[in-house]
Amino acid sequence: MAEIKPRISVEYAEKATIISFTDEKILEESDIKALQDSIMSVVEQTERIKLILDFGNVQFLSSAVLGLLIRLSKRIYEHDGQLKLCNITPKIFEIFKITRLTKTFDIYKDVESAVEDLS
Amino acid sequence: MNRRAGLFKSGQCRVLTAEDDWCWFVSLMVSKATINRSIVVKSKPSAIEKVCEQILSKLKANGFDKDDIFAVHLALEEAFLNAIKHGNKMDPTKEVKIDYSVGLDKIEISMTDEGEGFEPEAVADPRYGEGLYKPGGRGLLLINSYMDVVKFTERGNGLYMVRYKEKPRLAKRDDQTQV
Repeated sequence: MAEIKPRISVEYAEKATIISFTDEKILEESDIKALQDSIMSVVEQTERIKLILDFGNVQFLSSAVLGLLIRLSKRIYEHDGQLKLCNITPKIFEIFKITRLTKTFDIYKDVESAVEDLS
Repeated sequence: MNRRAGLFKSGQCRVLTAEDDWCWFVSLMVSKATINRSIVVKSKPSAIEKVCEQILSKLKANGFDKDDIFAVHLALEEAFLNAIKHGNKMDPTKEVKIDYSVGLDKIEISMTDEGEGFEPEAVADPRYGEGLYKPGGRGLLLINSYMDVVKFTERGNGLYMVRYKEKPRLAKRDDQTQV
């Protein structure tokens, strides 16, 4: 498992790249920018990436993170990749529901079920 | 009615009457339970952190639960980011004024920036159409969703929001449960 900055950890599985957020709170714009740069650098290394984002540690995030996810998904889908989100706590899931982003993202209970559903 | 020793005022001692007792009790309750503060902060994203710490610790002290604390935290972050980004246009010379009152039953927050204001009705709903795929525009939706009262000043550069600890029961909901 490789550690990139203190913000994410990256694991390369057989079928997928799994990125876990290591921070409990993702808020500040500068943090989000750093986070985006870190994730994008991973995405750009793999052609047609099958990326799973693990939110297990995240207890709080702002709408700026949702913006990051949308930018990220655009980049991935434009390059025929796949993106799946998982391990989202009920409180964070509520934010996805309110904003109807449950319609645009594939959200799974855990990493295993997200990996299973990769094509 | 010498129920207990009295109050010292200007060096004089007198016995408390029933009315004094009540006023003293109420003023003690108000001073202990309701916290009013006014803070002015610079237009930088990290400035909200200390304000959040202050407000959230007072919510905790006044018995608000985790859901309330999460909701107020989110609304504060989103409102402040809107104020400095869209209101003050990240101008470091401009400030944001935050007034808050934390009571036993509700929290009230007012936030005013130095911007030109905006029309909240003119903001596109990010849940539908192209808005769903745009990176921004969800802050206002989240504030409206997590706070019980959300009002803007006429100019649009001031926001007033309230969250109640106990939600009033809706008549409609009562009807639905009877069916």
